[in-house]
Amino acid sequence: MIEIIELKKRLNGQLVLKGVNLRIEDRELVAIIGRSGTGKSVLIKHLIGLFKPDSGSIIIDGMDIVRFSTRQLCKIRERFGVVFQGGALFDSMSIYDNIAFPLRERLRLSEKEIEDRVSRALDDVGLLGHEHKFPAELSGGMKKRAALARALVTEPSIVLFDEPTTGLDPITLNAIFRLIKKTHRKYNFTGIIVSHDIPEIFYIVDKVAMLEDGKIVEYGTAEQIQHSSHPVVRQFITGATEGPIEATAL
Amino acid sequence: MNPLEKLGAKAVGLLRSMGDMFIFLITALFYIFVPPFKFRVLLKQIRFFGNKSLVVIVLTGAFTGMVLGLQVFYTLRKFGSEALLGPAVALSLVRELGPVLSALMVTGRAGSALTAEIGIMKITEQIDAILAMALNPIRYLIVPNIVAAIVVFPLLGAVFNLVGIYSGYIVGVKILGLSKGTYFSQIENFLGMEDIKIGFIKSVFFGLIVSWVCCWKGYTAEYGAEGVSKATTQAVVLSSVLILVSDYIIGTFYL
Ligand SMILES: Nc1ncnc2c1ncn2[C@@H]1O[C@H](COP(=O)(O)OP(=O)(O)OP(=O)(O)O)[C@@H](O)[C@H]1O
Ligand SMILES: [Mg+2]
Repeated sequence: MIEIIELKKRLNGQLVLKGVNLRIEDRELVAIIGRSGTGKSVLIKHLIGLFKPDSGSIIIDGMDIVRFSTRQLCKIRERFGVVFQGGALFDSMSIYDNIAFPLRERLRLSEKEIEDRVSRALDDVGLLGHEHKFPAELSGGMKKRAALARALVTEPSIVLFDEPTTGLDPITLNAIFRLIKKTHRKYNFTGIIVSHDIPEIFYIVDKVAMLEDGKIVEYGTAEQIQHSSHPVVRQFITGATEGPIEATAL
Repeated sequence: MNPLEKLGAKAVGLLRSMGDMFIFLITALFYIFVPPFKFRVLLKQIRFFGNKSLVVIVLTGAFTGMVLGLQVFYTLRKFGSEALLGPAVALSLVRELGPVLSALMVTGRAGSALTAEIGIMKITEQIDAILAMALNPIRYLIVPNIVAAIVVFPLLGAVFNLVGIYSGYIVGVKILGLSKGTYFSQIENFLGMEDIKIGFIKSVFFGLIVSWVCCWKGYTAEYGAEGVSKATTQAVVLSSVLILVSDYIIGTFYL
């Protein structure tokens, strides 16, 4: 179980997270939605200790990782798989080496076992045959899938997806969501997906949390969120420019 | 904030970043000796430094040697001691100009590229990705570069010296008419192991400084393309200044 309690973080003098509370059960798939710049990526990075909060706790299986030493953090990170917002594939390595990297460096596996697992991961995301390309030679959707394969290849028990579908066409988008759902069924990880893709995201997750102004303003099943009476949530999922959230595009 | 507070805050900020920079170096130096070693990455980085810089080293070495040949010949002639052209060129190259100029050239050529590369890895979250895999980015990105620079800088310095001495010979002997035997035999008489050792020590030091500064600036680049370009400029300027300052300091130890 992951429990985030009163998490606060100031960045560059601006209070980004103003007391986030969120509780995620084991093997649940949870979506975090919210406007650009509300701190979704910052929140995700707190879960693996890339940011230290100013106050609050993050309890993972009964341990507060905020108080962890570097060594303990390293230990807990082994249980995570992370898909970063931009993919974060290593430019200097082929797709094969990208996916093999965590296996080679962390697990003592033979090159044969590594090959097996990488092939399986490539197959899972439909990238077999592209493994010798470099990230620069892939399309946006292929990059996202490669990042997905790299995050899942170590069979993590918790997977964080930071906007795995943003900027993709509707068909690729649905393919990736289906892929996440499929691998979730297969590997049974606890998953957190940051996404703007409404309503598609509602169809694959168990619960949805909406982050607005540094706090979780609504948390419930996709059904509950879609019928929420909270004005901020209503405005967000309908995309109306009129409402409690000020549209500041210009 | 009043001006005094501002100044204080700036000073504290500067001290803190200097402290972080030292901790970064010490961590990297520590991991040099902790297995498993990344030989493949190390070889790749040695090639990176060498490949990028060799042409420019040969070119600047040649012209430095030629200019030295010309100017030193002119000066020595005033005292009637043109015969000492060889050792004068060789000593100034081996003890001073070889290590310093080659280090400055590598900084401009490979050091800046290194900062940009690591900076881009930083802003595209590739460094975060390594951390998220429960691995240590210093070990994968920084250690191989520091070791590679310590290996490559003396080699490139040596190339610079050889090319420079030979170019001085061309100018002094072929163009200005000094005897061939004098140029080289006098070098043998005056250039000692001690001089070569100083040049070598300087090169190793410069390699350490340049790789440290360039890695650090990339590693702490701020977000956006602007952040990387700023980091690159700062890395080159700071490396160059530190090369010249430490050159003087090392020089005072070995007079
Ligand atoms: N490393 C950082 N240093 C300083 N400020 C940061 C850093 N990362 C993010 N921020 C700030 O924190 C705020 C939240 O950023 P974040 O990237 O979490 O937004 P987001 O919700 O993920 O947005 P998007 O949907 O566009 O990805 C922004 O104001 C951003 O400027
Ligand atoms: Mg984000």
